[in-house]
Amino acid sequence: MNTVVCPECEAQINLEAGTEVGEIIVCPDCGVDLEVTALDPAAVELAPMEQEDWGE
Amino acid sequence: MKTSVSIVGGSGYGGGELLRLLLGHPNVEVKQVTSRSHLGEYVYQVHPNLRKRTQLKFSDPAQIEPVDVLFLALPHGEAQKRIDEYAALAGRIIDLSADFRLKDPADYQKWYGEPHAAPGWLGKFVYGLPELHRAEMAEAKYISGVGCNATATNLALLPLVKAGLIDLDQPIYVEIKVGSSESGAEGNAGSHHAERANVIRTFSAFGHRHTAEVIQELGVKNVSLTMTAVDLVRGVLATAHATVKPGVANKDLWKAYRAAANENPFIRVVKEQRGIYRVPEPKIVAGSNYADLGFELDESNGHVVSICAIDNLMKGASGTAVQCLNLMMGWDETLGLEFAGLHPI
Repeated sequence: MNTVVCPECEAQINLEAGTEVGEIIVCPDCGVDLEVTALDPAAVELAPMEQEDWGE
Repeated sequence: MKTSVSIVGGSGYGGGELLRLLLGHPNVEVKQVTSRSHLGEYVYQVHPNLRKRTQLKFSDPAQIEPVDVLFLALPHGEAQKRIDEYAALAGRIIDLSADFRLKDPADYQKWYGEPHAAPGWLGKFVYGLPELHRAEMAEAKYISGVGCNATATNLALLPLVKAGLIDLDQPIYVEIKVGSSESGAEGNAGSHHAERANVIRTFSAFGHRHTAEVIQELGVKNVSLTMTAVDLVRGVLATAHATVKPGVANKDLWKAYRAAANENPFIRVVKEQRGIYRVPEPKIVAGSNYADLGFELDESNGHVVSICAIDNLMKGASGTAVQCLNLMMGWDETLGLEFAGLHPI
């Protein structure tokens, strides 16, 4: 199983079988979007996310 | 065979919440619930959510019978006057009041303004926060309650203190927003609906009694709690401000908070970058025993903000008391406390 470390919170994330390069996954701990940049070995980078302050 | 329990002083909010939990607990049978002021009434006439859950009536406190575990949910100052009497009725006692939380009689006098009536008992009680005293509870006969504001503060600071991430020479300021049920079931002029509704009322800038439990339990000296009543019925939100040691980064905080969540079944980390609920909010934990923790660090100056949301009647009182019961009896810690809360609410 391919495992990556979230660059934001260092959570260990197991990549599901069939994950492809370019796919966006979500960190289960901090919720950031991560782009899968490689599979052998597996690597991810932070993907752009919308910042939200709910208008406050 | 189920464990027999009774509640002394069951007409308040804490006692009612405790009864709700114990009635649903698979290993427990509730024998008696006492109340002088509601003697002879069905308990659901005071705690309406318990209608059809029990036919118990409030008993006379003077006629309490021996049981395996006695819960004391009396007004502060009452349990200490009769503790020998209660100890003769049950081998195990869990007291929800403030009477046996502090270890040092001098501290009790300092924070509560009068000498303790049974100072010899203070050392016999384990402080009732499982996240700090889980191992001792397995051997304990007597466990104290916890202050709701103290619990929100202790849990907000726990990951930081345990991992040694904050500079304890720097002041720690904790802003606490509280719901109206914290002040109990007895009304006063300030809790009259016309006066209490819609408030954001800072009723204690510093020196709140629960500060003593934070000092005792976390070993932090330079800490101040500011209490603000807000327009909630249930809930506490503690927002703690501290200073991290040089070199501490966000990833160190993640490691510490994640460890706290992994070691404690009712601690959750809520630090999300998506969705509506990105930080802990009391309404999401209402009715549950969860404590939701979040944090933010300004790496430019070391200012860390740690947030804890709890239900004051659950993790801040009765839920934690049942968690203590589970540990004391050697049962699964989460037994009877599985409710996940409501959404939306």
